[in-house]
Amino acid sequence: MWRPDWDGFTEMIQVLLQKPLRTALSGLGVGWGLFMIIITIGSANGLQNGVSQDLGDMAKNSMFMWTQSTSMPYKGFQRGRPIDLKIGDVEYLAANSRVLEVAAPQNQLGGWRGSNNVTRGLKTGAFTVFGEFPEQQLIEARPLKEGRHINTRDIEDKRKIAVIGERVRDILFTKAESPIGGSIRINGVNFTVVGVFSSMRSGEDAEEDLQSIRIPFTAFNQAFHKGDEVGWLCLLFDEEVHADSAAAEIMSVLKARLSIHPNDNRAFGHWTVAREFEEIQSVFSAIRWVSFVFGGLALLAGIIGIMNIMLITVRERTNELGIRRALGATPGVVVRQIMGETLLLTTLFGLMGAILSVATIEGINALLESMPDLQGGSFRNPEVSIDIVLQSLLTMVVMGAFAGILPAFRAVSIRPVEAIRTE
Amino acid sequence: MIELKSIRKAYQTGSQSLTVLKGIDCTIEEGELVAIMGSSGSGKSTLLNVLGLLDDFDEGSYVLNGQNMDGLSEKAAARYRSDFLGFVFQSFNLISYKTALENVALPLYYQGVPRKERQARALSFLTKVGLADWAEHLPNQMSGGQKQRVAIARALIANPSVILADEPTGALDSVTSDEVMALLKEINSEGITIVVVTHENEIANQCDRIIRLKDGRIEGANA
Repeated sequence: MWRPDWDGFTEMIQVLLQKPLRTALSGLGVGWGLFMIIITIGSANGLQNGVSQDLGDMAKNSMFMWTQSTSMPYKGFQRGRPIDLKIGDVEYLAANSRVLEVAAPQNQLGGWRGSNNVTRGLKTGAFTVFGEFPEQQLIEARPLKEGRHINTRDIEDKRKIAVIGERVRDILFTKAESPIGGSIRINGVNFTVVGVFSSMRSGEDAEEDLQSIRIPFTAFNQAFHKGDEVGWLCLLFDEEVHADSAAAEIMSVLKARLSIHPNDNRAFGHWTVAREFEEIQSVFSAIRWVSFVFGGLALLAGIIGIMNIMLITVRERTNELGIRRALGATPGVVVRQIMGETLLLTTLFGLMGAILSVATIEGINALLESMPDLQGGSFRNPEVSIDIVLQSLLTMVVMGAFAGILPAFRAVSIRPVEAIRTE
Repeated sequence: MIELKSIRKAYQTGSQSLTVLKGIDCTIEEGELVAIMGSSGSGKSTLLNVLGLLDDFDEGSYVLNGQNMDGLSEKAAARYRSDFLGFVFQSFNLISYKTALENVALPLYYQGVPRKERQARALSFLTKVGLADWAEHLPNQMSGGQKQRVAIARALIANPSVILADEPTGALDSVTSDEVMALLKEINSEGITIVVVTHENEIANQCDRIIRLKDGRIEGANA
């Protein structure tokens, strides 16, 4: 039965404490290696968490699609024909596409660097105004702060109501006022506020959300004389279908209806969350690999340092090891002692590196959380799972064992008689 | 106790072979105090190393305590050293970072004796060599004579049948030399076989018997 060899352990501690500076310095290499590998992985995770947050709660099977101009002549049409989408086209698409689940047309007024277009009494602001359907909530959810979202009755009755972002509320209403029921003027047309929303995204994207106003699509087109035009489409497709093939199917249906060459890739522009997500994922798996490789190399350098120092130690202690063998230490015992010292050194300092790196990551985390200004950044919740820490530590211990082999066998390769003679 | 027959031992130095022991026959009885004498290069240290299983030999046979020591593995040699032999060296060979007590206790560690018992026995042997008060001192805090007494205590602790002493007084002045020899004789009187390698006549003359080596042979033996 195995039981802990405390005597062997104290023996090793005694040896390592013999040369504390040397032990500390060679251990530092290993500790540093593990520290680096865990810090880089933690940082990569933080970056990934931050970027993923930027995408907010957008449905993974969502797609955005807008029209451009044709790039190929077809059925008597010249190339360069601008394509316009009408509500009828969207209805046709919904009826004929096999993968489409939700279609939510959107129109937009104002926007980036737009002029002041919304007023309330003496208060005024420049906001992006979207005409949209209730289904929009399925694609990009916006948490409601007060009141309600746009509903189907609003669409049917073309009600002049508005759901506003928190920032819009802050600019147009005083703290004391309730925005619900308040009236705002968008490009000269009065709308009644029925709800206030915030954003689940972060950074500039969140800022954009909070500075927007949502009104029913039908009311939008009527108030701003858009007829049955559709600016762009927000779509949800079958989750089982890959984003690229879903996009292709949807566009081919529209191409057929609008007499666009089936191979014309310029007539529509599109963007899928899944595609974006995949790209981000692949970037991060690359970053992770790079951090693994470099962290591993740092670890390797540390381990080689340990092996080097153990070889020197064994040489210096030739006489001592000779005495030990004269006193009855078998080669196996000597091998175990040297390997044990190497393992103890790597484990001890590796553990310190691991603890320090986890503490550092937690520290950064606490710091980020205490500074709300930084909350929106593309770096949040740097973290490492305990698995990663344990795996790194285990790798290091295994490498430490390998590092001990050469010095240990070097130690017993000298015959005791020669070892004792060495001074 | 010890029986050597036609022991030959050669060292390879580059392309040359230097024969150090050229056929040694000798018997050492249990309880004897024997001196091995000879000038430097006579092969006396090599003979002691062969006796101590620290070095192997090329030809001949060596029987220790009734067991054949021919062609031992390192592991087996370590076991026999641990069970039968105690060593005393000219340069003491104490481990510098261990206290006197820890040095004395070390052979028992390799026999797997529990720590408490090791320390108790080590202290009793330190008392026996008159150094109980020095138990917690490091070797560099002690005089040469004290260090050699610690080394002798260490050689004794595992209850060896034979103590092999390589120039035990070589680094000591005459007064401490006499003290060390007195200690060795006292141990011998308790029945432990002792083999002392020396080049000093005064030391050799205190032994029961002197084996003189010259050029790898025992003088007086039929060459």
